[in-house]
Amino acid sequence: MIYREAGQFKTTYAADQAIFPILQDRVLVTLGLVAAFLLPPLLASEYWLQAVLIPFMIYALAALGLNLLTGYAGQLSLGTGGFMAVGAYAAYKIATSFPGLNILLVFALAGLVSAGVGLLFGIPSLRIKGFYLAVATLAAQFFLIWLFNKVAWFVNYAPSGTITAPPRTVFGVMVTGPLATAPVRYVVVLGVAVLLALVAKNLVRGRVGRSWMAIRDRDIAAEIIGIRPLPTKLLAFGISSFYCGVAGAEFVFLYLGSAETTAFDITLSFLVLFMVIIGGLGSILGSFLGAAFIVLVPIFLTNAPHLLHLSLPVALQKQIELMVFGALIIFFLIVEPHGLARLWQISKEKLRLWPFPH
Amino acid sequence: MRPRAALIALLTLALLAGPLALAAHAQSKDAFIPLLVYRTGPYAPSGIPIANGFVDYFTLLNERDGGINGVKVVFEECETQYDTKQGVECYERLKGKSALLVNPYSTGITYQLIPKAPVDKVVVFSMGYGMSAASDGRWFPWVFNFPTNYWSQASAVIRYIGTQEGGLEKLKGKKIAHIFHNSPYGKEANPTLEDLAKKYQFELTLLAVDHPGQEQKSTWLQVRRLNPDWIFMSGWGVMNQVAVKEASSIGFKMDHFIGNWWSANDSDVVPAGEGAKGYKGATFHAPGTNFKVHAEIVKNVYDKGKGAGKKEEMGTPLYNRGIVNAMLSAEALRTALAKYGNKATPTSEQVRWGFENLNLTDKRLDELGMKGFTHPIKVTCEDHEGNGPVLIQQWDGKKWEIVSDWVVPMRDVVRPKIEAAAVEEGKKLGYTPRDCSKEK
Repeated sequence: MIYREAGQFKTTYAADQAIFPILQDRVLVTLGLVAAFLLPPLLASEYWLQAVLIPFMIYALAALGLNLLTGYAGQLSLGTGGFMAVGAYAAYKIATSFPGLNILLVFALAGLVSAGVGLLFGIPSLRIKGFYLAVATLAAQFFLIWLFNKVAWFVNYAPSGTITAPPRTVFGVMVTGPLATAPVRYVVVLGVAVLLALVAKNLVRGRVGRSWMAIRDRDIAAEIIGIRPLPTKLLAFGISSFYCGVAGAEFVFLYLGSAETTAFDITLSFLVLFMVIIGGLGSILGSFLGAAFIVLVPIFLTNAPHLLHLSLPVALQKQIELMVFGALIIFFLIVEPHGLARLWQISKEKLRLWPFPH
Repeated sequence: MRPRAALIALLTLALLAGPLALAAHAQSKDAFIPLLVYRTGPYAPSGIPIANGFVDYFTLLNERDGGINGVKVVFEECETQYDTKQGVECYERLKGKSALLVNPYSTGITYQLIPKAPVDKVVVFSMGYGMSAASDGRWFPWVFNFPTNYWSQASAVIRYIGTQEGGLEKLKGKKIAHIFHNSPYGKEANPTLEDLAKKYQFELTLLAVDHPGQEQKSTWLQVRRLNPDWIFMSGWGVMNQVAVKEASSIGFKMDHFIGNWWSANDSDVVPAGEGAKGYKGATFHAPGTNFKVHAEIVKNVYDKGKGAGKKEEMGTPLYNRGIVNAMLSAEALRTALAKYGNKATPTSEQVRWGFENLNLTDKRLDELGMKGFTHPIKVTCEDHEGNGPVLIQQWDGKKWEIVSDWVVPMRDVVRPKIEAAAVEEGKKLGYTPRDCSKEK
């Protein structure tokens, strides 16, 4: 009933091809976006913005990138952390070499550099598949981290090997650096995420996305109907790495403020992969839901004992947190192997029939 | 369909309950000090004793004296697992409770907090770690790393090696290897060592060990090939135990193997058993429990059942370092309270003043029950490091023994480097130096 689309007639092709064909969806998404842009900067505390929402949006962007590659094109990758590192270090080099450049442009350029690196590491994907490809991308992860650790040029010869976000403004407002306020950084992160999610949504609905899915579902069949595997797979690697690169640049410039290679180690790759799996492979919404789950649940678990006025020793609390978190992941995968996005779809179906299920 | 419904309800609940949990922030009337600790993960062997020492000393102050000059110390631990991302979460959460100072216990987290310190007005006290360049107080007014920093330590260790070889000029042609944790922390000593290698013409080899440091076979193969005269190590957590074990298994002369002050704790040498005998480490305070302050802690904290750890674990180098860290923080607070009037919670600006004007004399150490425990220190506006001297301790198979006098760092080498680096690091953040003659 809530989702009843009876009476919503589509009279043009444009209406039929709309991203959200149902009015209720359009209203919901518009309201959600307005709320996302307005409410947190006005209401949320610095803790919420800095420690919860900003990392959530950045992780969501990285998950979106990986989802394009793994969820849509079916190429399993464990190199996400490495590609994010490329974005971060490229952004640092570009921002410090050209101090006058608009920082948003720097992010885009860093994404392009990352896309280039992704293309390079995507080449083996023509020959190797599945787990073997995962191992090949794992090599990319280790190689890239090693490279940034080894070559001092990437960190402008800083003795500590740390890159620090330089202070930069956009239209006179401080966006990066210590003086940038959390609401400004949040709005930038959110804006980039929304824009790139829109691009991704259109990509996967169009020719490119369809060829990715064809490759994913049966590559030989796809080849027979005229999809060229190498350009298609490489394109997936390139675009995915672009997203991860932008996320990596934001990770340092808008979230951590300063970072070293350990911030991009293999655990980050796994974390983003878990987000994609829990959120739902092959779903844009899933990337956001998965990131929300992975970012919010540990923070909730950390704060839950305070809420109940329990004072547990921190070590015990951390261990409980890890156990509960692990158990929740398993629980969710058992109950809904297709991820949180699928849950949303199911509830939508139910809302459509409610209150008269048959 | 039941489990699905339950699932959706659970998820929504969890997400909605998050904000509630965070809204429960109360402003405290006492001096609030957040502690970023790591009692779990690969760095726990190093993280636990230092956190225990810290907590025990503050408990002692509260139990025995009712706080510092009547202001109770309230502290809260937050687990970081030595991970910078979790460090940010902890810092942001605890900062909101009007934190006066923060002890990050991680060079990586310190690097992250340094740009935030002047904005949030929170003193960053990285005792003997963090960014060496921050020792120049003109550029970094909110950051303190006394009693001494990594660069001073490296120079003191080289001086010690020199005396062992019969004079600094004898270092010429000697092979010295630096095995370091491949992180900002481990890399920190490298530039100073490189400069000293040029100055004294010894052959320096830098060997990186990747996080977390459980796998070091290739590093020690290189050591074997190189056969260095001395090894200096900047390790942390499990990396230390593995390195000490590897060194003893290749038969390296253990008394020519010197760890920095984060690489010389009981937990680092005990796993290697007899093989660790002779291993040395730098420190800036004595090991053991033969000081009045330990007796006081036993009496006022452990005998009342309020100890953070086990009584038998007191006195390890890292536990004692936790005590020194807490004592220095407490004395800085006391300095601030003495100037700005006692009995009221100081502001963070006042605490910063207290840190900058800390003058810890021998007499004061005696009053604190720490005579001979650590070196007196005087902090100034220009010098946030104090350039304190370093001790060398040695593991005799059962306990650590101090085997050197106070080794003075090479200030003539280190200070110009600090000032140059401070300009560079400060400019990156868009800082301008302040004029110390105008400070009161």
